[in-house]
Amino acid sequence: MIGRWLAGNRGFAVAIALFAVLFVTYNLMHTRGFSTAVLVQNANESVAIGFVAMAQTVPVLMGGLDLSVGAVMTLSACIASVMVNGTMGEIVFGAFVTLLAGTSFGFMNGLLVVYGRIQAIIATLATGAIAIGLALLIRPEPGGDVDGDLGWALTNTVWDFADTYGLAQGGEAAWLQPFINIPVPLILQFGIACLVWLPIKRTVTGMTIYAIGSAEGAAFVSGLPINRAKILAYTLSGFFASCGGLYLAIQTSSGNADMVQAGAYTLNSIAAVVLGGTALLGGSGGVIASLVGALILRVISFYFRILDIDPLLQPLIEGLVLLAAVSFGAGRTFSIRNRLELFR
Amino acid sequence: MAAPIIALTGVSKSFAGIRALEGVDFAAFAGSTHAILGENGAGKSTLIKIIAGVLQPETGEMRLNGAPGRFAGPNAAADAGIICMFQELSLIPDLTVAQNISLSRPPRRFGLIDRRAQILRAEEVLARVRCEDVDPRTLVRDLSLSRRQMVEIAKALGRDPRVLILDEATSALTARDVQTVYDLLSRLKADGVSSLFISHRMHEVEELCDRLSVFRNGRHIETFAKGARSDAEIVRLMIGRDVTAKYPPKPAPVARPAVLQVGGLSWETALNGVSLTLGRGEILGIGGLDGQGQKELLLALFGVLRGVRATVAVNGKPGLPAAPVLAKARSLALVPEDRKTEGLMLSLSIAENMVAAAFDKVARGGIIDRTRVAALIDKGVEVLQIKAGSVDDAVSTLSGGNQQKVVLAKWLMTDPQIIMLNDPTRGIDIGTKQEIFRIMRQLAEEGRSILFYSSDYAELIGCADRVIVLYDGRVVRELTGMAITEEALVAASLNTGDAA
Repeated sequence: MIGRWLAGNRGFAVAIALFAVLFVTYNLMHTRGFSTAVLVQNANESVAIGFVAMAQTVPVLMGGLDLSVGAVMTLSACIASVMVNGTMGEIVFGAFVTLLAGTSFGFMNGLLVVYGRIQAIIATLATGAIAIGLALLIRPEPGGDVDGDLGWALTNTVWDFADTYGLAQGGEAAWLQPFINIPVPLILQFGIACLVWLPIKRTVTGMTIYAIGSAEGAAFVSGLPINRAKILAYTLSGFFASCGGLYLAIQTSSGNADMVQAGAYTLNSIAAVVLGGTALLGGSGGVIASLVGALILRVISFYFRILDIDPLLQPLIEGLVLLAAVSFGAGRTFSIRNRLELFR
Repeated sequence: MAAPIIALTGVSKSFAGIRALEGVDFAAFAGSTHAILGENGAGKSTLIKIIAGVLQPETGEMRLNGAPGRFAGPNAAADAGIICMFQELSLIPDLTVAQNISLSRPPRRFGLIDRRAQILRAEEVLARVRCEDVDPRTLVRDLSLSRRQMVEIAKALGRDPRVLILDEATSALTARDVQTVYDLLSRLKADGVSSLFISHRMHEVEELCDRLSVFRNGRHIETFAKGARSDAEIVRLMIGRDVTAKYPPKPAPVARPAVLQVGGLSWETALNGVSLTLGRGEILGIGGLDGQGQKELLLALFGVLRGVRATVAVNGKPGLPAAPVLAKARSLALVPEDRKTEGLMLSLSIAENMVAAAFDKVARGGIIDRTRVAALIDKGVEVLQIKAGSVDDAVSTLSGGNQQKVVLAKWLMTDPQIIMLNDPTRGIDIGTKQEIFRIMRQLAEEGRSILFYSSDYAELIGCADRVIVLYDGRVVRELTGMAITEEALVAASLNTGDAA
């Protein structure tokens, strides 16, 4: 059973092992390693990139690419910085509008790719620029106001969350005790990933996403809903990206229409997808694998803080890790017998 | 006889101006296994794609159980009980066997796919095709080709077909699996399922089918019951075409020194020990039905394939070229199967394409000599009579025939001794075809040797000094001079023994 899972998810397994080694070593070297405070801080810093990596994964599974994920995240963060405050009802409404905006943006990407017949890379490059433009209109200067209680509750441990909102006897309830030290951001990431992705994977449309990346012609003659799957993939991409943006706004209590940052997030999302073991040509991999890939990227950056390494070296080292990880996946090309297939 | 389950009347379909089907009337009945026979390009695949809803007919009507039917897509046809197993497998390599078997209509629980039921259903249909050894949880990618074909059959069965279309469904199967499929088909027949069976293996057709329909050049020629026609008559029905092309005269057969000797060439399952000798100044034709290893043979000789086993000598020098660049260095040239992707860089100019393989001939110390390029291109345009406004136009602006001439010109610039042509006249008008035949003969007279695969037997008869016929990756027949006749070629292609 485990052997079969390993055979089918080699890239994911390598990613988990790599992350475990990196993270344990990091904690061993850290002066306050294995403490809740460090874990909470680490978790907080990985949420935005984690969601953006998840967003990127769904189109990549079909052999596509979404260059707008970073921009949609930025747009969502700017919307949230305006709307997520006030009464509880207003906060919930603001969060809903934020997520709806990003999701509709992804839906529009899907329509452009399917019915506009525009190549995904160009379509999302253009809509990404549009998203940044809208973000600048909403927030010409960095700033904004996000509900402080919410910010505190979502960026700390389960106990802090319960304490802030007076739930489970202010966090003292006996049944809650095993969980009080888990960072809320970690639960949010993995919770949303599992709640959204695992059911979708088990629908015909979700399976079609994999089928398109694996063999689109075979998917068509087998009567699978190809257009619906493509639209769903980009819509999900928009949804996950807006989750990232919403969290970023809550975490920083502000919004910032930063084009450079958006671009960096998009590129890092592709790196995280590859590190997680999802094939760039599509067909195999998954959203949760990319989440692990994003965590790997983040852990690498944590090392620069505790080891006295020049931060200027960070891109170089990330690049080397990425190359090493990808070369695991390149093994398959050696077994191709007709070299013309390498070019197809 | 009862009313037909499927009836086509006056169905036509064309692709890019070329008629694939013309006014076809065709009927299939419940409880019948119906063979569809025809040469390459006879329209068999187009016919079944229309029946299966993959293509839409331009004119004509299809009736299903007497009611008019027109399918918007493969799913609509499947809902009507028409299930097709395509030659190109319709399995998704990255999904499991179980997921593939119930791909478009999986069992559900609470709206989500029920994995356990999916596996149970897969186990059940796999048992029906006696493939208990296939674990439904393995990825299709990890199965051998013959197992994949059995899974494809299981997938079709799992969709409860009323009309089952098998397009070359047995081409990769082992003898045991073929027997399983035979048993299965007779059981389905007893259940009243109508099967349409396309196979290039005459003995299979004779064993399985009760009705046969012959197609030729997109037309339905004749339908008859099994046994009503002899093998020789069927072969004649499949041929019977007008001779439309003229060929340059062939020289009298002479003894020729060998420039290419190949022994026991094998690769994967496609090639199983091909041996051949190509003489200096000879045009050696490669015949046989599509997909018997002809394309792979040319690719193997040009160093494209990995893991080829063979003893090869080019101009007396032993060894198979390990890559196209080395093949070129040993005076080989290959005009590939698909000129649009493998033969040309479509967006580059005619001139750029023509020198693409011969930069070493026009460069001095790594710098391209423009005057030499211009001279060579002028010569190439003249020799091949390429009809173009300017050699600086994009090659995509040319007609198919002139594009193919550019591919040929590109390779002639390398001054090759052995020219391999992979179906060079595919999709080319008749006038250009004749020019290409003339050029081929001219090249042979200059002392170059040509290895010529064509899916059109008439071209082999008209051009080749000698023809080898491949069947299942082996040479089953060699024909020389006057012995190269259509009857002999078709009979050898079907491997009917010594019917001709």
